[in-house]
Amino acid sequence: MKTLLEIEGVSKIFGSVIANEDISLSIKEGEILALLGENGAGKSTLVKAVFGLVKPDSGSIKIDGEVMESGDTAAAIAQGVGMVHQHFQLVPVMSVTENLILGDEPKKFGVVSMKRARSEVLKLSKHFSLEVNPDAKIEDLPVGMAQRVEILKALRREVKLLILDEPTAVLTPQETDELLEVLRKLAKRGVGILFITHKLREVMAVADRIAVLRGGRLVGTTTPKDSDESKLAQMMVGRDVVLSVAKSPAKPEQVLLAVKNLRVNDDRKIEAVKDLSLEVRSGEILGVAGVEGNGQRELVEAICSMRSRLSGEVFVKGKSVPNMNPRAAHLSGVSHIPEDREKHGLVNSYSIADNLVLNRFNEVPFSRGWIRDLEKVAQNGSELVDRFDIRATSASVSAASLSGGNKQKVVVARELSQQLDVVVASQPTRGVDVGSIEFIHKQLIAARDSGSAVLLVSAELDEILSLADRIAVISDGKIVATFSSAEADRNTIGRLMAGLSA
Amino acid sequence: MDAKQGKNFDLSSVFLPFLSIIVALAFGGLLVLIQGIQPLQAYRVLFATAFGSFDGIALTLAKATPLILSGLAVAICFRAGLFNIGAQGQLISGALASAWAGYTFVGLPTLVHIPLALIYGAFFGAIVALVAGALKAYRGVHEVITTIMLNSIVIALADYLTSTPFKEPDQPLTRTPKIQESAQMPDFLGLPLGFFLAIGLSVTLWWMMRKTTTGFSIETIGRNKNAGWYAGISVKKTVIISMLIGGAVAGIAGAVETLSITGRFEPAFNAGLGFDGITVALLGRANPLGVIPAAILIGGMRASASTVQFEAGVAPELVDLLLAMILFFVTAPLLAKFFKSRKENVAMTSGWSN
Repeated sequence: MKTLLEIEGVSKIFGSVIANEDISLSIKEGEILALLGENGAGKSTLVKAVFGLVKPDSGSIKIDGEVMESGDTAAAIAQGVGMVHQHFQLVPVMSVTENLILGDEPKKFGVVSMKRARSEVLKLSKHFSLEVNPDAKIEDLPVGMAQRVEILKALRREVKLLILDEPTAVLTPQETDELLEVLRKLAKRGVGILFITHKLREVMAVADRIAVLRGGRLVGTTTPKDSDESKLAQMMVGRDVVLSVAKSPAKPEQVLLAVKNLRVNDDRKIEAVKDLSLEVRSGEILGVAGVEGNGQRELVEAICSMRSRLSGEVFVKGKSVPNMNPRAAHLSGVSHIPEDREKHGLVNSYSIADNLVLNRFNEVPFSRGWIRDLEKVAQNGSELVDRFDIRATSASVSAASLSGGNKQKVVVARELSQQLDVVVASQPTRGVDVGSIEFIHKQLIAARDSGSAVLLVSAELDEILSLADRIAVISDGKIVATFSSAEADRNTIGRLMAGLSA
Repeated sequence: MDAKQGKNFDLSSVFLPFLSIIVALAFGGLLVLIQGIQPLQAYRVLFATAFGSFDGIALTLAKATPLILSGLAVAICFRAGLFNIGAQGQLISGALASAWAGYTFVGLPTLVHIPLALIYGAFFGAIVALVAGALKAYRGVHEVITTIMLNSIVIALADYLTSTPFKEPDQPLTRTPKIQESAQMPDFLGLPLGFFLAIGLSVTLWWMMRKTTTGFSIETIGRNKNAGWYAGISVKKTVIISMLIGGAVAGIAGAVETLSITGRFEPAFNAGLGFDGITVALLGRANPLGVIPAAILIGGMRASASTVQFEAGVAPELVDLLLAMILFFVTAPLLAKFFKSRKENVAMTSGWSN
């Protein structure tokens, strides 16, 4: 087998941060190499170097035996490198066909021929057994499908080496399984695949070889056969990680959060939460399990008053929370760890300290009347940076300089340090490294033990199973079943999540 | 990568305005050279006139005063992520309102009359901005569109008012009567009083942005509107407050001009002061203190334009050309960054550090 990619001694330094240090790797034809590492381990920098988006300070990258001109994406594409970015590079209002031909349109008499384009797309999709509807608009497609289009876009240019940057971060478990299947198929056809992730299960399922990065250095390469999930986790973080969470039995008391007959629309004005009711008691974690896009986001945002409720009510400690007023929800005792920390949770250009008071900058002691008390803000900042193990030189540096896991810890620190009655945690460990996951889980359990009612919404069934005291399965905007953690069974829940009957 | 980006931002925030001024001066010098005049000689005259004597400095500061204020009006809105192109209309509204207050009220003591006329200016400037702010907050209409439209409306309305109801009686010109003596803003220590007012407002707004909850709300929605909404900040209210502050400050700019320079309102006055405010705000990195040196630089160039023509033989349009080029060179990289950072879901102001 031919060697497709040869990385030799690549180093890259950004300012004072060593992103890559003397990394050497290779990929053969038809091989799937998983690049594993925590956030900030240097995975993205390395693949960006391969794709020509980043110019390494030293070392060389050879594709198919040819030395690549560094820092030149066009050359990388010409040499057969394709990249599927974490954030899709698709035009939402255009059709699948239009997106696929963009930049290289089949022409007839100098005019784009949509007929030829369409048949070309069908042929391509058939060739790789990646089914798509050529006429569907991207914005109407589920995320998994959109990603498939993104992959086809890369394949259309006859790639030899396909790079996928955290492709499963946005996918449901089913879509993830489909993607892994697709990757296997492509590998069989001789495509070399470089697959970045920090999800251990996927690595074990699909990789031929696994390369682990930590702190910008290659810790080692192994194969799924010679390793297991806990060994990989150790390699990633350099210490033992408890993947299952230690916790005492719940001692549920009075109902703190009650949702009654809630109906909510999604962004497309289609009803996403349908007459949903639930209750969470003091001292318990209610886990909402479900395939993403079944109304979880709308449910959470409606509880936190960020999204308009069509009907139904939300009660905190028996008091109704007003509609469309996040401030009122906060004041009535709701902490919210939002699903999307970049969009809602943080102001990246603000300091960590300012982010830590984002929703109470106008409360005592952080301000008195109209005047902010910046000293108290700074004090609170350094205190929480210590207490929540946020890895930063100080609380005055910008949030943008943190890795994903540490950004999430800032959000968690802000929300949980307030000791409010209700904690709504939505995908609290998404895109977070293993070390931070463990820490965040412990914090959620501590919040429960201190008497908060915790509503945990997560797409990771394992997370729900290991944290929740009760599990509610959501499907098509409705709670279809509720289990105690003792009677929870992975298969039953999986079937219910998929909309089947138990 | 993030670390590197942070560094770039800091560097460019100090570096970029200077660079754009130098590049603009270099290009301007080239054009002067084409006219057959020594560029260094022309620039020497320009700067000697503007900053070389007390009288020169006094004139420079007088020219800089409305620019500081209109720059502030644009800068505060920038902080909230709003592009207030309507400073011109707000300024004219304020200028006319203060002129009316200046000539209508008779027999007031100066200490009452001047503040009263200033308040009239601020109020009517704010009213114009409120229209754009409310449309943005409640109907989602883009402020660039509404403020441009409002500029035209205000200019036409001011034309009408000065030609009919507010017209100075018994003379042919389209202009208001002269303001009462009690409303005329005096000099202070040989410098225009309005200048001190402008500095005071700059410092106040700088302090407000840094130290108050209102400032934090404005800054937050400017940098990440979604996070602001999540954190319980009323985005609508904050948009309206920012526009009101911007409009009031622009209105004061017009009022100071009326009360200390022109003494009455005439449609031809105040041309371009509001638009120069955009240049000043960008050059000052949307920082309430940064607009002061930016406005003094531009004020100095304006103040010495005619002397440069007289002594060095350079057409006074050179100054306009230089200003346009400074604006161009300061905005081109900024806009590039704006579009780049929009991809990263960061607002325009994120690159402008305090």
